[in-house]
Amino acid sequence: MTAAAVLDRAVPPAPASAVSICAHCGLPAPAGQRFCCPGCGVAFEVIQGLGLGRYYRERLLDPAGRAPKPDQVARPDLARHVVTAAEGTCQLTLAVDGLQCGACVWLIEQVLARDTAVLQGRVNMTTRRLRLVWRGDASEAERLVALVETLGYRLVPFEREALAAARDAAGRSLLRALAVAGFAAGNVMFLALATWVGARSGMGPATRDVLHWLSALITLPAIAYAGRPFFASALAALRQRHTNMDVPISIGVILVTGLSIWQTMIGGSQTYFESAVMLLFFLLTGRVLDHRARGRARAAVEDLLTLRSGDATVVAADGSTSSRNLQALLVGERILVGMGERIGADGTVASGQSLLDSSLVTGESLPVRTGVGDAVFAGTLNLGAPITVDITAAGAGTMLAECVRLIEAAEARRGRYVVLADRVARAYAPVVHLCALATFLVWTFGFGVHWSQALVTAAAVLIITCPCALALAVPAVQVIATGKLFAAGVLMKSATALERVAAVDVVCFDKTGTLTEPELQLERVEDSAALAFAAAIAANSRHPLSRALCAAAGPVVAAGDVEEHPGEGLSCGAVRLGSARFCGLADNTDEGAELWLAQPGIPALRFGFSEHLRIDAVETVARLRRMGLTVRLLSGDRAAAVQRLAEKLGITEWQAECRPADKVSVITGWQNAGAHVLMVGDGLNDGPALSSASVSASPSSATELSQNVADLVYQGRKLAPVMVAIDTARKARRVMRQNLAMALGYNALVVPLAMAGQVTPWLAAAAMSLSSLIVMANSARVRSNGKA
Amino acid sequence: MIVLFALLGLCLCVGGLGLLVFMWSLRTGQYEDLEGAANRILFEED
Repeated sequence: MTAAAVLDRAVPPAPASAVSICAHCGLPAPAGQRFCCPGCGVAFEVIQGLGLGRYYRERLLDPAGRAPKPDQVARPDLARHVVTAAEGTCQLTLAVDGLQCGACVWLIEQVLARDTAVLQGRVNMTTRRLRLVWRGDASEAERLVALVETLGYRLVPFEREALAAARDAAGRSLLRALAVAGFAAGNVMFLALATWVGARSGMGPATRDVLHWLSALITLPAIAYAGRPFFASALAALRQRHTNMDVPISIGVILVTGLSIWQTMIGGSQTYFESAVMLLFFLLTGRVLDHRARGRARAAVEDLLTLRSGDATVVAADGSTSSRNLQALLVGERILVGMGERIGADGTVASGQSLLDSSLVTGESLPVRTGVGDAVFAGTLNLGAPITVDITAAGAGTMLAECVRLIEAAEARRGRYVVLADRVARAYAPVVHLCALATFLVWTFGFGVHWSQALVTAAAVLIITCPCALALAVPAVQVIATGKLFAAGVLMKSATALERVAAVDVVCFDKTGTLTEPELQLERVEDSAALAFAAAIAANSRHPLSRALCAAAGPVVAAGDVEEHPGEGLSCGAVRLGSARFCGLADNTDEGAELWLAQPGIPALRFGFSEHLRIDAVETVARLRRMGLTVRLLSGDRAAAVQRLAEKLGITEWQAECRPADKVSVITGWQNAGAHVLMVGDGLNDGPALSSASVSASPSSATELSQNVADLVYQGRKLAPVMVAIDTARKARRVMRQNLAMALGYNALVVPLAMAGQVTPWLAAAAMSLSSLIVMANSARVRSNGKA
Repeated sequence: MIVLFALLGLCLCVGGLGLLVFMWSLRTGQYEDLEGAANRILFEED
């Protein structure tokens, strides 16, 4: 069976039952229909028309990923991001949302390649970025981006500063250092082998010296180049008057190389060039992997935010409107916020009345009525009529200003976390150096050996204890654990987060958007026929409530002839779907977000919307408790809502109506009592709590502020990643400790041997490599799902 | 003896050449999309 045939089976055949599968995006489609929506039909036509039908046979759709369903979203201003190059060509780099497999990359590149203007359209699958180069002017960008968006992907341009950072100069220089160390290690080892064998088979001292000189010639520049990351870090640590793992590494490497050169110059036999470069090679391998894992997590968070940032509609003094990126908004400008849009900046309402969902900002789950003169915050969702907002500076007294002040205070208070490896290094380095010194003194003065011979023995102690296994013990585990979590959708942003998560004993959740779904959900509706009817009308709208209605109703054929009345609702002939007033009813409810369906001759039907628990919230909280953790709840919402939810989850320790400062003081109180708190939150109002907790997590639906502050960001609609993160971190900590114990045990075994002068260069090289390999092999166990 | 040193020199040259090729591949961005490279061979026919 060919690979294509295997892949072919992944595309499910359209079942004859009630629901069919859309031929383009793979989502459920209305019964008997080939496509779920007209957009998918267009995409299918385009792809078949270009003769790229192979895409459908060879793609592998991940049900958890974003389906390639074309979606009309306001396109950000592209021209601002286009870089004009020489000879009439332009460049643009965009984040691609919806890449699922190699077939997606192939499809996008093929479609672009068939466009005559395009000179280069290449997708980087690792970073999920598309680089476009075309002939013509900047305005072409709109057309090309629209072309790719027709296929069901979403493209968002990158800020130029973000692109510069993405070039990752540090990662490249580490890789170059690794290459140099690898080259040197290979060649020096092969020269060293010759001398070891030669020592037994009668190689003349002249030949040996030549080989030593040659080794020195390779080793010296290699160490000067490849050792820089360690030397720089050690120097920085010493300047701040503390030590880290790089200090003993640097001292070891420099002393050993110095001794070997001296031995070479006097024609001695004890050189350790191969040990020195191999040590660097092993350590750099760890660094490169570590850097990759963390860089990938950071880039992923950056992409999430880029994909979410959008444009605002600016209203000029003469009433004309224009689209502008959120970052480019100025104080004093007026923006128009349509129904279903998020407010882009802090300000006061200048005109209009609406219902605002501020759950991301305050944690309040019920929408709030807002009128002229009321203060509104960035991140608030406009559920009702269009309003205009005058942008004000985040002056003292606004929610944002208060949060930023509290976050700064919390970060100033939080001490520098000392990682396990550095704590070990602090105790380890002096002991090793004292051992070496003692060896030298005892051999010189105790046994009366010539000082040069004693120095060689002392150096052997340093080499054999050179903390190779010790320095690999933690990063090797970290790489594997971060990679495993990345695959599970948990992005570790901070280097020390893993160890801090492992120490957690209290998990504190925010309610709205964290324990509950980030969007409002439809409450139970008895009349499923009416629901399907309403959903068919709502399918024409992008309003959040319309979307929630459609999501609850399942696949429907969008009704034709539907007119959208901004801020009021939808009409389809005589049928109306929208606000109470729009449907001719008294507008007096304050029961939260709702839609009414009015049909001639039938009493109007109400669709209420409220927050729902995330699907696995109950299970995850129960499992966290079984893991021995205390689960608590801190919310900015009203007591009644918090209590109802806490009871459902079985959380007994909860607190409602917390302001950001209250959350901070509660968490600090627990920490003063000795608890290690993991704070999980998504709102602007959670920012200070996130930064004052021992370690923090945010869902990827969280506000930008929370995601920037949080140590880890998790993706998806489930809460389980929080549990996976704690579980993996604990396992990682266990394996780290085993590794450290093994490394120290190895030292305890060989140090006496070295101090007794029984270690020869080949024994040192072999012992060092073996201990490093054992530590790496043990670390791989973190990947398994069993007990470690 | 001459053969030995000639071979040593040759070895180092070959190793150095490998190092240079690696540096070149790094500079031309060939390590920037390992995942994409793995998938591309399944699709590129030309």
